[in-house]
Amino acid sequence: MTQATTLTETTISELREIAGRYPEKRSGLLPMLHLVQSVQGRVTPEGIEICAEILDISAAEVSGVATFYTMYKRKPVGDYHVGVCTNTLCAVMGGDEIFARLKQHLDVGNDETTPEEQGKKSITLEHVECNAACDYAPVMMVNWEFMDNQTPDSAVAVVDDLRAGKEVRSTRGPRLCTWREAERVLAGFNDGLADEGPAAGPASLAGVEIAGERGWTAPVAQASGATGTEPETKEGAVAEADTSRAESETVQEKSQ
Amino acid sequence: MTDTLTPVLTDDWDAERSWTLATYESRGGYGALKKALTMPQDDIITAVKDSGLRGRGGAGFPTGMKWSFIPQDNPKPKYLVVNADESEPGTCKDIPLMMATPHTLVEGVIISSFAIRANHAFIYIRGEVLHVIRRVQAAVAEAYAAGHLGKNIHGSGYDLDVVVHAGAGAYICGEETALLEGLEGRRGQPRLRPPFPAVAGLYASPTVINNVESIASVPSIIANGADWFASMGTEKSKGYGIFSLSGHVERPGQYEAPLGITLRELIDLAGGMRHGHRLKFWTPGGSSTPLLTDEHLDVPLDFEAMAGVGTMLGTRAIQLFDETTCVVRAVLRWTEFYKHESCGKCTPCREGTWWLVQTLAALEQGQGSEGDLDLLLDQCENILGRSFCALGDGATSPISSSIQFFRDEYLAHLTGGGCPFDPAASTVWAPSLTKAGA
Ligand SMILES: Cc1cc2nc3c(=O)[nH]c(=O)nc-3n(C[C@H](O)[C@H](O)[C@H](O)COP(=O)(O)O)c2cc1C
Ligand code: SF4
Ligand code: FES
Repeated sequence: MTQATTLTETTISELREIAGRYPEKRSGLLPMLHLVQSVQGRVTPEGIEICAEILDISAAEVSGVATFYTMYKRKPVGDYHVGVCTNTLCAVMGGDEIFARLKQHLDVGNDETTPEEQGKKSITLEHVECNAACDYAPVMMVNWEFMDNQTPDSAVAVVDDLRAGKEVRSTRGPRLCTWREAERVLAGFNDGLADEGPAAGPASLAGVEIAGERGWTAPVAQASGATGTEPETKEGAVAEADTSRAESETVQEKSQ
Repeated sequence: MTDTLTPVLTDDWDAERSWTLATYESRGGYGALKKALTMPQDDIITAVKDSGLRGRGGAGFPTGMKWSFIPQDNPKPKYLVVNADESEPGTCKDIPLMMATPHTLVEGVIISSFAIRANHAFIYIRGEVLHVIRRVQAAVAEAYAAGHLGKNIHGSGYDLDVVVHAGAGAYICGEETALLEGLEGRRGQPRLRPPFPAVAGLYASPTVINNVESIASVPSIIANGADWFASMGTEKSKGYGIFSLSGHVERPGQYEAPLGITLRELIDLAGGMRHGHRLKFWTPGGSSTPLLTDEHLDVPLDFEAMAGVGTMLGTRAIQLFDETTCVVRAVLRWTEFYKHESCGKCTPCREGTWWLVQTLAALEQGQGSEGDLDLLLDQCENILGRSFCALGDGATSPISSSIQFFRDEYLAHLTGGGCPFDPAASTVWAPSLTKAGA
């Protein structure tokens, strides 16, 4: 698993294909690095060289990008990547306890991988930031698939099953693939699993269900004229927009 | 009278195989596209302007006006970029939308691109949501196969290509110019403005960047009319929006309502705070929006009223914490997040967030003195308004607001020599009610 395979002609032509999706080929770099990881289990010096060559940029530039983004790994990742959300909301709801329990259970620290063991799959454990699933807190991600509403016990059961090679399903997604297979999807090569799993989890449906029970809907459309309350000028819009963020983003160039 | 909840975007989420083209079309999907393709492009922009739709990605800038800034006499290609980076702590609306009904977004992308005369659109999705990326990839493929995308869409003569682009883990790439850097294959560090993306964005060409929910709202506006949209919401905050409730509430989840609903109403719908506990503090729109307390239950959740109480509507990411939660612990954790995610481009944020963590971490352990609270506020002052982008500003929000409302709790850490709270009491599996409170 940790052996880095060399990049074959097939991969190199896939890397070129990714670059070809964009009006300017350098835009392909992020997905290209995902593809390198899917083949080699990490971003290797070889992968960096080849991306640089395809994109006509220096290896140093590719390295600079690879080190900026947290999903790119320089150490080999295990068969499964397990991320426990420890941003505030999940941490408070129990994410800290889950993470502590997994560290102890797997006997690894943050961003470490369980040692290779005959007949067992390996796991890389990491704490992650808010994964946009706070209504399912505490949240765990396996290869970036949702494992919603975890407890320390359920999390331990998941990693035990993964290590034993049993099939595990995402709570809002398909049966879990390996980390390398996941990276291939991120490179833009769909694995045909989109139709697995539910449309939405229970929390996503909370409001729709209540509206259904009470017969609440959006108003019925009817045709008529303009409403006339919108700001007419850029300055007016900026004054109404609510943050310095809006202001810094939208105070328009006077040259127009 | 508008109903309390007004599901539009969320309405189809419970439909059988809601993510497929077949389901979407059986419920009227792509009808707005057919209509839009017969409209003069400027009329689409006018409709979006008249609707009063304001950006759903946090800043609330009027969407139609943003589109009208695209200089149509500029000979360069125009681009639409969808911001699907959803990483602001607490924000969890775009991800379920793309998972359940990716075609709503795709239809919005086509109409919006047509309106601004873009022949290329990009959907930049954070990389850490594999199944969502699959669903959007599949929806785009289905849309091509059905002739909604590609060359000469439905005989209109209009061509559009859409690329689904996976990010690689960086909160800062949600900031629109950093996102463009990422999309150009570079480190995600914000760009100096001006020039604004409308003039020189992706590949230095005119570019519109909008949030997922903003773009997904467009088909409903075209189908039902600007007035329909504007009939919901408050005077200057029109329409519906998805409110995301998380934390110590009985029924966390997504609640789509007209802007201006109050937190009291939302908590009520969600079955109240968890049994036996009471609200202590909350974020109205993610961790970058100053905290509020139970004094603010009746303030309308719209852009103006939130600004009126010193905070922001943001992304309507309402994280609720009850009295078992230590505010210092919560704020420290968010601050560690900002420190980790600071892109390093400017000194106030890069160095400042580091200092904030040092000071807060000591306080949390009961070390330091009351003067450190003023030191914290001082550090915040040196970051706020002095950083290169809004990430630095956002980092100060939880700190200054928590000191404003909970100064005594900070001091209790000093007098007690550490944190007076039991973190186990805040967890989902804490034995409920009887042990309420610290
Ligand atoms: C640090 C930071 C993170 C941001 N993250 C996001 C995000 O994840 N999604 C988003 O739509 N906007 C995000 N924004 C706001 C964008 O810069 C921009 O305002 C928005 O995408 C514009 O779209 P809208 O007008 O449709 O809201 C972020 C801003 C900052 C400063
Ligand atoms: S404020 Fe922070 S994130 Fe923004 S440019 Fe400066 S260092 Fe980067
Ligand atoms: S805080 Fe964990 S998913 Fe948002």
